Amino acid sequence: MPEQLAYTIEVFLNGLMAGVLYALVALGFVLIYKASGIFNYAQGVMALFAAMTLVGIQNGQVPFAHLINAIFGTDVHGFGWSVHSFVAILLTVVVMIGLAWAVQRFVFRHLVGQEPIILFMATIGLAYFLEGVADLMWGSELKSLDVCAAQGVCLPQGMNSWIDETTFNLFGYGFFIDNLDIVASIVAAILVIGLVMFAQYTKQGRAMRAVADDHQAALSVGVSLNFIWILVWSLAGFVALVAGIMWGAKSGVQFSLSLIALKALPVLMLGGFTSIPGAIVGGLIIGVGEKLFEFLIGAPFLGGATENWFAYMLALLFLVFRPQGLFGERIIERV
Amino acid sequence: MFYREAGDFNTTYAEDQQTFPIKFDRYRYYLVLFIAIVVVPFTVNDYWVNSIFMPFLIYAIAAIGLNILVGYCGQVSLGTGGFMAVGAYACYKLMTAFPEVSMFIHVLLAGGITAMVGVLFGLPSLRIKGFYLAVATLAAQFFLVWLFNRFPWFYNYSASGQISAPERDTFGITITGPNTEAWAAYAFCLVFTIFSAYVARNLTRGSVGRKWMAIRDMDIAAEIIGVNPLRAKLTAFAVSSFFIGISGALFFSIYLGAVEVGEAFGIQKSFLVLFMIIIGGLGSIFGSFAGAAFLVLLPVALKVVGVDILGWPTDIVAHLQLVIVGLLIIVFLIAEPHGIAQLWRVAKERLRLWPFPH
Amino acid sequence: MNYKLGTLAVAGLMAASPVMADLVFPSLSYRTGPYAAGGIPFADGYADYFTLLNERDGGIGGEPLQVPECETAYNTEKGVECYESLKGSGGLVYQPLSTGITYQLIPKVTVDNIPMLTSGLGRTSAKNGNVFSHIFNFPANYWDGASVAIKHILEEEGGDLSGKKVSLIYHNSAYGKEPIRTLQELSKKHGFELTEVPVDHPGQEQKSQWLQIRRDKPDYVIMYGWGVMNQVAVQEAVNIRFPMDKFIGIWWSGSENDVLSAGAGANGYKALTFHNVGSDYPLYDDLQQYVFDAGMAAGAGDQAGTVVYNRGLYAAMLVAEAAKTAQEIHGTAQITPAQMRDGMEALAITEEKMAALGLPGFGPEFAVSCENHGGNGFVAVTQWDASTKEWSLITDFMQSDQDVIQPLIDEDSNSYASENNIDPQCE
Repeated sequence: MPEQLAYTIEVFLNGLMAGVLYALVALGFVLIYKASGIFNYAQGVMALFAAMTLVGIQNGQVPFAHLINAIFGTDVHGFGWSVHSFVAILLTVVVMIGLAWAVQRFVFRHLVGQEPIILFMATIGLAYFLEGVADLMWGSELKSLDVCAAQGVCLPQGMNSWIDETTFNLFGYGFFIDNLDIVASIVAAILVIGLVMFAQYTKQGRAMRAVADDHQAALSVGVSLNFIWILVWSLAGFVALVAGIMWGAKSGVQFSLSLIALKALPVLMLGGFTSIPGAIVGGLIIGVGEKLFEFLIGAPFLGGATENWFAYMLALLFLVFRPQGLFGERIIERV
Repeated sequence: MFYREAGDFNTTYAEDQQTFPIKFDRYRYYLVLFIAIVVVPFTVNDYWVNSIFMPFLIYAIAAIGLNILVGYCGQVSLGTGGFMAVGAYACYKLMTAFPEVSMFIHVLLAGGITAMVGVLFGLPSLRIKGFYLAVATLAAQFFLVWLFNRFPWFYNYSASGQISAPERDTFGITITGPNTEAWAAYAFCLVFTIFSAYVARNLTRGSVGRKWMAIRDMDIAAEIIGVNPLRAKLTAFAVSSFFIGISGALFFSIYLGAVEVGEAFGIQKSFLVLFMIIIGGLGSIFGSFAGAAFLVLLPVALKVVGVDILGWPTDIVAHLQLVIVGLLIIVFLIAEPHGIAQLWRVAKERLRLWPFPH
Repeated sequence: MNYKLGTLAVAGLMAASPVMADLVFPSLSYRTGPYAAGGIPFADGYADYFTLLNERDGGIGGEPLQVPECETAYNTEKGVECYESLKGSGGLVYQPLSTGITYQLIPKVTVDNIPMLTSGLGRTSAKNGNVFSHIFNFPANYWDGASVAIKHILEEEGGDLSGKKVSLIYHNSAYGKEPIRTLQELSKKHGFELTEVPVDHPGQEQKSQWLQIRRDKPDYVIMYGWGVMNQVAVQEAVNIRFPMDKFIGIWWSGSENDVLSAGAGANGYKALTFHNVGSDYPLYDDLQQYVFDAGMAAGAGDQAGTVVYNRGLYAAMLVAEAAKTAQEIHGTAQITPAQMRDGMEALAITEEKMAALGLPGFGPEFAVSCENHGGNGFVAVTQWDASTKEWSLITDFMQSDQDVIQPLIDEDSNSYASENNIDPQCE
């Protein structure tokens, strides 16, 4: 196989993998937007908060230790134990559900029926708030994330040797695929299938879809809007946790984790804010598109680092032809 | 009692159409102008100008610009940082190419160049609407930052890749560079802020502004009653970018004196200015000022209280600052969803009836 | 409202201004924001050293010290606010720790007659003291770093680099682009092939870049990274199985934070440094006795011994020594910022001095002069041992290739001088 073709295929495959990671972030946005029409600016910060909470619980950190020490002059840091990853994940999920309840109870319950821009603004406030609380709670230094599902079976890192060797024997060029990316893809697939099953086959899922379709109608057949909204915020919190783990495994848990939301924006624009398959397909297109562009045009001719803006240019290109996004609901305009 | 229309008789059309038809309002406005122009320049020191007034005035210009686009014309934009960068780099290129020309002209020209770039990136707005339009402006944001970083021509091939404002003057008074007097920098920014607010206010209540608002409220309906959407949207992009370009030029040349594009004009800046107008109030010039004040002054005030007065560790104060700003935004929203400008309007309504509310 | 804010701020300023008799060393720290991981240990080290001087020696020359801290979050605008608010407190020397803030302050401190120290960061050509009278960047700068990296590679390769490939992976910002000119000159001189691979801010996603490196198969990779980019780059290098001992980072890419999350794979990764690492110094005993045990450690107190903590200690040591020098020159214990500048310009760091301070071999020897504000460009290489989780120095401090760097410094500083009409300050 000619070298250039092998390279292109490799870049393509890695683009797909990157796309899955983008889609993971975008999924959280879609869930909330679909059910309540809120564009949740705080989704990135939620990922950061979830990942920090997970690491904090794992390492047995005392929440707000620094603040407590500063006020009371004490010297507490950790409980001195470490928690098994499984338990830590469960506890983090509980925290995220608590957060969802609090957000619903204290913020959005007071803002029912407001315009989208106002709801968006409330999430800005939420983002500021959560960022501050996360830092106060767990400290702003960098933490390594080490998730082990069972004893000895941890999130894998590094290149997949099997793919490397097999492709080398077949084509004379060993493809690079990251183990973590493979896991991320599997997790994303399970997550999406799970979400779809939940939405299709459970009572709560049906209620959720009903609310997404029409608030008033759902309310009139006895669906509790309040409950559904807590549910979708919890789901979004869970998705944020998964995204936080996948991204944090590579970079460590730190403030920059909240910036992954930026990677999800072009995906959302492209895939449509209201479609779960849209988020996945959009993620894949953006991932592949930006990687291929960087490889074929960006790096050789434009000096590189073109991915950030090209993702938006690509989304723009699609939108010019389909203004509602690839899978967005058709915009019907009447006067 | 004091705040009322009674006894205010307008005998000409001009009087009837003035910006502040109520006498009390008008005098308050004159008083603010008087303090800003006559009192402040003679009393400020470096700290007040560099940490409070300049960021406030410059962000206010940017917020006015963005408010025209988002608040009046309804076109969501997340490209403010990128457009500010255009203004800054245009100003830098002009400053270094024509050192003898007055800074006034450079800043205005920088605004003009930004307006042209703004129109270019505004073209997709004819096809894409709502939140989706943000993608076009985001593309502008990331592309422009990349461009200024990538091509050395923009930063005059300097080894550092930063642009630094050389010393320039206007009417014989130094206004850029380290030897600038605090009052001169302040006055220069103030002139542009007043100019921007004046122009924006009068544009938005004239026929152009009405067209923008018609497009914002419903573009198809506006088109049917004879508003040309192409012209309305593109003029909004042009005027908005003009102001944002001016603020970018001032931000670079007067306020910071040296900037690096990715750090100073990144996506965070776009979000910051957008937050300002949402918090201040969409579709309100006063709201632009209020929002800029909220996000510029509040963190400084909290820092002063926390660190300097209470003596807490700086990192805890910085984190608490975020928590408090976030909480205040949410509390404000629940109390009054339409921003600070609406709070102000409601307060005025109340004042009108005070002290006899019935 | 305005009135209230005003009075508050005034009250704050008054509360902030210390008794004028003290020597003030402001600390522009960044304990929050995207780069907090690097800012916290530096600020802790900087503060702890001065606390030690206060507790053990009663300050410098009998004058107690103050270290007012101001949080910049690595943000230029906040940096301006910090500088202006601390200016009134009589700060002797500023260390802004951020390229953006540095550039912004260069003209300002010169006019305000306050010295500024930017060790291993900021504007490289500030080394030319003839032009930059108030800016110091000893003991080493970015171009020294690039040159020493190549020198180290030369040593590894037995002195011949012709036909070798070196890739530079850098943060796509002014900082990251610093070494390019130097490396280009060096590649002409030594005949290696240089590839530049930029990574856009923040650098969480570097697949394209590392696939490119994997395809190019460079013999060495040099990294100028910052923040989250470091951790991801090290992890990706491990992933593509790039030999870690051929991967060399600048000093801002060489702390524990940058390698810990990559685990055992990061073993052998190298980084440049202009000060020594570890906590095996007599000074640490004093720190333990007077600062840590007394419960006066800055921050959470858990950063002692890390690379960037040591950098904070080193930065504090340099300005403390400069203050002593200034006190000797001017014969007064209560020095002003202008006198502090003279002290920095006359600073000489010798092995005896460092040993007397309890920091033997902690940094290179150097002497500052009116023309040379940047030291002699001595830089060493450290290597990461993942099993013991420690950095260790593997070379001596080596001098950079001054034949290449000096002309570049002259060129850039002279163009700055002509742009801003600066007359040379030295005869």
